[in-house]
Amino acid sequence: MKVLVAVKRVIDYNVKIRVKPDNSDVDLTNVKMAMNPFCEIAVEEAVRLKEKGVATEVVAVTVGPKAAQEQLRTALALGADRAIHVQTDERVESLGAAKALAKVVEEEQPGLVILGKQAIDSDNNQTGQMLAALTGRPQGTFASAVEVEGEGDTLKVTREIDGGLQTLSLALPAIVTTDLRLNEPRYAKLPDIMKAKKKPLDVKTPEELGVEVASRLKLVKVEPPAERQGGVKVGSVDELVDKLKNEAKVIS
Amino acid sequence: MSILVLAEHHDGQLAGATAHVVAAAQAIGGDIDVLVAGENVGPIAEAAAKLDGVSRVRVADAAVYAHQLAEPMGELLAGLAGDYSHVLAAASTTGKNVLPRLAALKDVAQISEIIAVESADTFQRPIYAGNAIATVQSEDALKMITVRATAFDAVGESGAAAVEPVEAGVDNRLSSFVGEELAESDRPELGAAKVVVSGGRGMGSGENFQLLEDIADKLGAAIGASRAAVDAGFVPNDMQVGQTGKIVAPELYIAVGISGAIQHLAGMKDSKVIVAINKDEEAPIFQVADYGLVADLFEAVPELEQQL
Repeated sequence: MKVLVAVKRVIDYNVKIRVKPDNSDVDLTNVKMAMNPFCEIAVEEAVRLKEKGVATEVVAVTVGPKAAQEQLRTALALGADRAIHVQTDERVESLGAAKALAKVVEEEQPGLVILGKQAIDSDNNQTGQMLAALTGRPQGTFASAVEVEGEGDTLKVTREIDGGLQTLSLALPAIVTTDLRLNEPRYAKLPDIMKAKKKPLDVKTPEELGVEVASRLKLVKVEPPAERQGGVKVGSVDELVDKLKNEAKVIS
Repeated sequence: MSILVLAEHHDGQLAGATAHVVAAAQAIGGDIDVLVAGENVGPIAEAAAKLDGVSRVRVADAAVYAHQLAEPMGELLAGLAGDYSHVLAAASTTGKNVLPRLAALKDVAQISEIIAVESADTFQRPIYAGNAIATVQSEDALKMITVRATAFDAVGESGAAAVEPVEAGVDNRLSSFVGEELAESDRPELGAAKVVVSGGRGMGSGENFQLLEDIADKLGAAIGASRAAVDAGFVPNDMQVGQTGKIVAPELYIAVGISGAIQHLAGMKDSKVIVAINKDEEAPIFQVADYGLVADLFEAVPELEQQL
């Protein structure tokens, strides 16, 4: 079975972001970028499925600017066999990304598509679900365990839901989005990083795929959140309890 | 304008989040219908009919909607959405699972986890783990929105809306429910609790969370955790507070042995009062804490428990 895994180039999760002075967006100039952490988990799961003999080929795909090829090379170094880059400089939101991915799914016909549950920049948590709808496939979102069953015709997915865990059976082909606890991603080794440079990477455009990826949501402005008032340090538990009772009045 | 709110429910009960989502719908303005979908959901529909501001409760009661699986729910909602200008759901795992599927079926963008309504087409939402607030405007005729429940005050329960059944005609060959493992707790629901006591890596072990249980008992609090505590296996993942876990905004949030990483702050920095107990006085949590106590939690927490 072929596994398609979608990755996104985002700001590194450790970076403290800055809003542009004109409030038009977040300032991404000279900021460290990386693969979205949930996408790393998606790549890891695809590679593990290949190591188990379930997946025959792992194809990494991204939708974004030319620089996003770095993240595709990372996916290749981690074990993906080849990569597809849908190159665009548009501001792409989830629906546009899902439409482009749906075209790639149509061409590649994977048995399973794995995405991260959300990108840590837009925090949308939409693309996987939208891709499932556009391709008419079932979805296993927020997955913490996946297992291909039977003759490879169903997928057992354990999902992290608000009250605990839920297990579903999905008819393959299916779409899965990864939660944090699905696995622990490996690091790319130097020889693999070198080999990844020689692996195939196809570049396509949204026009070639026949999709419109530009966002239909207008970004009116971006502002920093309200700052919290600076707090005080208390010297003892006595003082803490006193403040909570008499100053903050949150306990009685 | 007319608005459809997807009711959130668990274990035969209407979830508190629904009353918050109805409040967001009121802020948009227009007729508000609530859709209750599931199996044997009569009592839930009755509870939804009592919510202030709701004009009609539509009930899709059929086995195919049990557990609100995304595939039949998406189809059901796609059939109903034509009657509405807005479809709203809580930004819960159910809302997040179902609504984007519906949005794609209707070919509209979705606005996730709004925290404020500026007008019927313009909304505020946090991005980058809550480190920026984006104001976005939707040009789609149908607005698809999930709502951060903690950002809107719940509506009251003195209403008397009409309850009407919805034709339940879809089937589902794509997915099926296998089982569920729900965490059992007598404590208030994490997302709705007035007081939350959370532990992090500094707790050292799962057994030590008993210290927090004792405080939580006295304060009627829910217990949360940082990702580090969940990953270390101290507590189950449904207790995680943060960008990828639950978003809480209680009156009082007590962070014990939590350093305060960006991803954790994303889930709790809208709490009214934040208390941090940590032995590292450089820990970033102290930058957001109203009251910080630099102390060994194993001494401070039992002492705090005694004084409450």
